[in-house]
Amino acid sequence: MINRRRFVQGSVAALAASRLAAPAIAQGAKIKLGYVSPRTGPFAAFAEADKFVIDKFVNAEGSDFEVIVKNSESNPSRANEVARELIVEDEINLMLVSSTPETTNPVTTVCENEEIPVLSTVAPWEAWFIGQQSDQSDPTSWTPFNYAYHFFWGLQDIIAVFTNMWAQLETNKKVGGLFPNDGDGNAWSGPQGFPPKLEELGYELTDPGRYENGVGEFNPRINEFKSEGVDIITGVPIPPDFTVFWNQMKQNNFTPKAASIGKAILFPSAVENLGEEGHNLSSEVWWSPSHPFSSSLTGQSSRDLAEEYTAVTEKQWTQPIGFAHALFEVAKDAMGRVSDVSDGDAVAAALAATQLDTIVGRLAWDGARLPPFGARNVARTPLVGGQWRHKGGGKYDLVIVDNKTAPSIPTGGEMEAIR
Amino acid sequence: MIWLDTVIQGILLGGLYALFAAGLSLVFGIMRLVNLAHGDLIVLAAYLILIIVTALGLSPFTAALVAAPIMFAAGWTLQRVVLNHVLGDDILPPLLVTFGLSIVLQNALLETASADSRRLSVGGLETASLALGPVNVGVLPLLTFASAVAVIFALSHIIRHTRLGRAFRATSDDPAAAELMGVRPRRVFAAATALAMVVVTVAALYLGARANFDPAIGPARLIYAFEAVIIGGLGSLWGTLLGGVIIGVAQTVGGALNPEWQILAGHLAFLVVLLLRPRGLLPRAVD
Repeated sequence: MINRRRFVQGSVAALAASRLAAPAIAQGAKIKLGYVSPRTGPFAAFAEADKFVIDKFVNAEGSDFEVIVKNSESNPSRANEVARELIVEDEINLMLVSSTPETTNPVTTVCENEEIPVLSTVAPWEAWFIGQQSDQSDPTSWTPFNYAYHFFWGLQDIIAVFTNMWAQLETNKKVGGLFPNDGDGNAWSGPQGFPPKLEELGYELTDPGRYENGVGEFNPRINEFKSEGVDIITGVPIPPDFTVFWNQMKQNNFTPKAASIGKAILFPSAVENLGEEGHNLSSEVWWSPSHPFSSSLTGQSSRDLAEEYTAVTEKQWTQPIGFAHALFEVAKDAMGRVSDVSDGDAVAAALAATQLDTIVGRLAWDGARLPPFGARNVARTPLVGGQWRHKGGGKYDLVIVDNKTAPSIPTGGEMEAIR
Repeated sequence: MIWLDTVIQGILLGGLYALFAAGLSLVFGIMRLVNLAHGDLIVLAAYLILIIVTALGLSPFTAALVAAPIMFAAGWTLQRVVLNHVLGDDILPPLLVTFGLSIVLQNALLETASADSRRLSVGGLETASLALGPVNVGVLPLLTFASAVAVIFALSHIIRHTRLGRAFRATSDDPAAAELMGVRPRRVFAAATALAMVVVTVAALYLGARANFDPAIGPARLIYAFEAVIIGGLGSLWGTLLGGVIIGVAQTVGGALNPEWQILAGHLAFLVVLLLRPRGLLPRAVD
């Protein structure tokens, strides 16, 4: 006769037994990679390609890797918690982390403290490096990391890309700012961001001030842009805010010649939400099918990888695919160069010595194009500018229109003014 | 002229907040249930409208008419199957249940609809505007405000002039006494939640037409709705509209002075009303 008490006792014993048995099974087995990304929450779109990339990597023939995936829920404290779980309970050999400082920074900090090597991407490198320093306002106090390596572009890249795109157009050089009161908005509008560079290039910036994300009402700001007669809009809003802003601008019969927006229009679905009004909006491009790079894992070109993604998921390609793929390229390459994968110092040294041609370009932590403080831990990847072109039926293509910052990446057209 | 424009935009914004809040106000007024999943139910309704739009090729306005009876049935079921079991003297269980429901809805939507942000396209209407004298007013905000007034007018009519409304009022005042008179409170509660879900469908239509939505966006829409309900006076529907308008105007005026004050100004208006009139502007009855 099984009563409740006996059932509970039995299950507890069974659970305990399976837990005890676990390490024995794992012994002599695969190399363990931990992977943290925001699978849910406001940044979930960044992690949408993860499943495709990880399945492809793990299922590759002869793969001796095990990937343990955890969800940061777009929340820094949750990211911290799952990073600890991966280190303490799963005893991973290398941590991979991706997508926005809210996830990359807490995970990197935990790994650095626990002396676990970590490879990070998809966060502007200044936000990643400086964002983890105890005193962000004092550059002399910034210390490099011993176990953490990051690859992505930075704020100066996006400023160069946007201003290069605007230079292709005839404008009155008046720029309207749409900077929210968050990490990105404050960095973009701060002393390291757009204002000094715009002044240097002869642009005049109208910046009414920081607003709160989700505010959903931009008429006062639009009135100010209208009375200043701005020709260019730039900023880093979240997607719902940008949709409201853009529609309210149209309701006010106001259309600028260029709108270069970070973050809000990265993904095709976000632009499709604007109906036909998204034509010729411009944004930063970190990876696209026309990037002339190929994978060190599969030999695929960027275009092949993007087409495979569309074939498997029935979705249009997105920029994080290439970077998620490159994480595993570097992981495999570095792990192949160490004799003992459980030796964190050896793995970190292997990461530092990486010289690999990946699907996002050449990755090497040699300090190229970086200020001294970031030289050890950051590899800067190329950034170009693109415009969304409406191709009918509410669908859009991202066309690269400016490559002055990375001439090896071909353009697909010229910058066009919004009408 | 900028100031006139700012105030008008604020009033129209208040209409949107009032639409978000009307369902909440109705449910709270009748059964003292604070539905923490209200924002997520609005998002759910928005997805439902989107599904109908894509499947049947209807315009979002017609699709909302199809979605409304479905949401009515969903509200009825939700109340009968889940919420009626947790209503009681203790206010904590319904709070916890609706909090859990909020998380379940968000994750179920994420699994089925993905994290992509979506939108209800209303065919050019979202960018259309009317020149009313010196100010340009968007057609969509105007429609939103008109709908909010219509919804609140209809709800007050039901509450004042129908048998169901009488049962609502009686149950709200004293469920035990109402039961003695032959009213079955549980059925009344189910009808109230079902009706609130119809209002939620209208709110979802304008939420989806105005901006993008994704599974995680619900809770952020809830805070202004709560404030509108509270400063309007608990259980008062016209008070809820007034509350929404006050928050909307405070936000646009604050935002015109300094964008950093936009949200803060709305919250400050809420605090000021609470200080001066702790029971709200138009309190319905003595609790």
